[in-house]
Amino acid sequence: MKMESSDKVKYVLWFAQEHVNFRAADIESVASIFNIEVNYHTEISDVPYCIVELPSEKEAHLLASRCISLRSVLELWGHGKTNEELHNSIQQTPKDRMYPHFVSEKSFRLTVETFCKSLSMKEKVERIESFSYLPIEGNVNLKDPDVTFYLLEYFGQDSNNIPEQPYELFFGRWVADGQRSLIQKLSLKTRHFLGNTSMDAQLSLLMANQAKIVPGSLVYDPFVGSGSLLVSAAQFGGYVSGADIDFLMIHGKSRPVRPNQKVREKGESIKSNMQQYNLSSKYVGVLVADFARPLWRPDVRFDAILTDPPYGVREATFKVGSWRGPDIKPIAEKHLPHHIPAKVDYDLQELMRDLLDFAANHLCMGGRLVFWLPICREEYDEEKSLPKHKCLRLIYNCEQVLSCHSSRLLLCMEKVKEPVTKEKTPPAELTSTTRFRHRYFGGKEQKE
Amino acid sequence: MKLLTHNMLSSRCIKGVSVGYPLKISAKNVRLVNCDFDTDFTVRIIQKLDWNALWEAAESVGHADDIPKNLSDIDDYDKNDEFLRKVHHVVLEVEVIEGELECPETGRKFPIEDGVPNMLLNEDEV
Repeated sequence: MKMESSDKVKYVLWFAQEHVNFRAADIESVASIFNIEVNYHTEISDVPYCIVELPSEKEAHLLASRCISLRSVLELWGHGKTNEELHNSIQQTPKDRMYPHFVSEKSFRLTVETFCKSLSMKEKVERIESFSYLPIEGNVNLKDPDVTFYLLEYFGQDSNNIPEQPYELFFGRWVADGQRSLIQKLSLKTRHFLGNTSMDAQLSLLMANQAKIVPGSLVYDPFVGSGSLLVSAAQFGGYVSGADIDFLMIHGKSRPVRPNQKVREKGESIKSNMQQYNLSSKYVGVLVADFARPLWRPDVRFDAILTDPPYGVREATFKVGSWRGPDIKPIAEKHLPHHIPAKVDYDLQELMRDLLDFAANHLCMGGRLVFWLPICREEYDEEKSLPKHKCLRLIYNCEQVLSCHSSRLLLCMEKVKEPVTKEKTPPAELTSTTRFRHRYFGGKEQKE
Repeated sequence: MKLLTHNMLSSRCIKGVSVGYPLKISAKNVRLVNCDFDTDFTVRIIQKLDWNALWEAAESVGHADDIPKNLSDIDDYDKNDEFLRKVHHVVLEVEVIEGELECPETGRKFPIEDGVPNMLLNEDEV
């Protein structure tokens, strides 16, 4: 992040206070998609506001057109630690930037928004009246104004110790809203076809942004399940495909997961989800396949790989094989048509190694692999716990805390070079993934 | 299974198969679906396609008339709207619903059911 100060137009990135760890990656990825130079005046942190400098308002609209973590973007007209500082700073803002929005033809609204404190109507009106020195000529229109001004007051995040006066105040003009509405649009509550571990709409959208999916990207999910990651990728214009070892899941015949639903409806499938959101044109297809075996023509290149591999906790990790080992009797001819292949455990370390090898081979140069990795929080060590590949560079590592002892990390890697040999890299010794399942269910006692 | 998927798919999963491409299609049921046409995507995907495999696949499902046998027969294909629409039609709108894929080296067959190819091997084959 670059920090500079100048007289250029500043904007407030106003974030929704959810998945705080993911917001920096979200903004940076979207900025990178549109090639936007963002100068950060304050760092992106757990505070829901960040002041940035953008080349023009067009860039603010572009950022808002894709960012999921963003609530709104405001053009910053005043900022301070106290009321006095705020009003001083408003008076120093160039008039030619503010006054065009004060003309009589434009109806307006001034909204007071507080963080971690609620104000009475009287207090709000007092605050609004403190702006009476601004020569606003337009009429008030609360429902559908031409221009909206915001006063944002930040009272910290400790709801047990709310201060009398805010820590920070911002004043500005509303420019654009982020894409929070997509979270409702793609919500799992109304999704036609669901699996046990379908990824929540917000996280899938954040993943699609980190993967830098743009209209026309070719996207693949090797552990597709119910296809929830494909929905968000297709929403942003990606052409999506996926594979899974679970025949019943792919064919929409697995046990239903909604309460009170005894059998799956006819036609429930990944394809029907695409139809639900009017994204059928982006659907390439799904396959039943074993990730432990090669599947694609060697020169196939995807623009992005998005996946939530099974960790053996809520979904089992399997590959085709027999516990009897390699020397098993061939399956008799008469059984072949209806034979269901036997499966053995697919070790998580081996799976991660295969996933990174696969991405190194099948991503376009500069393409991104975005995937989840479960960790035990106590044992986590950034150096030792993360899988590595010499052709992939780690771009983001965002933690979602699941319980006091476990988390999952959303890792984003970019392909930086073409692999030379076709040899498999040895399975990484990852402290985090070693028997994650065992640790997860074993709790503290069994750890010795 | 759309022909775009088929164009990328191999049977390298089988032991001892190093190329396993292209897979032969024997289709019992082919359906046409509607997909919005996107010029940029179609131009980009042509660069990723194995043209011979696409033509053979199109022939095996009865759509060979739609596209030329050799891509080099078309000059400046990225500006030829009519041609691009045909390619779009063949790769995204022709879907094999029931049928089989066959490994060109071993003859191992993979069934396609309800539009989904099943590429799983049995435990005695891995």
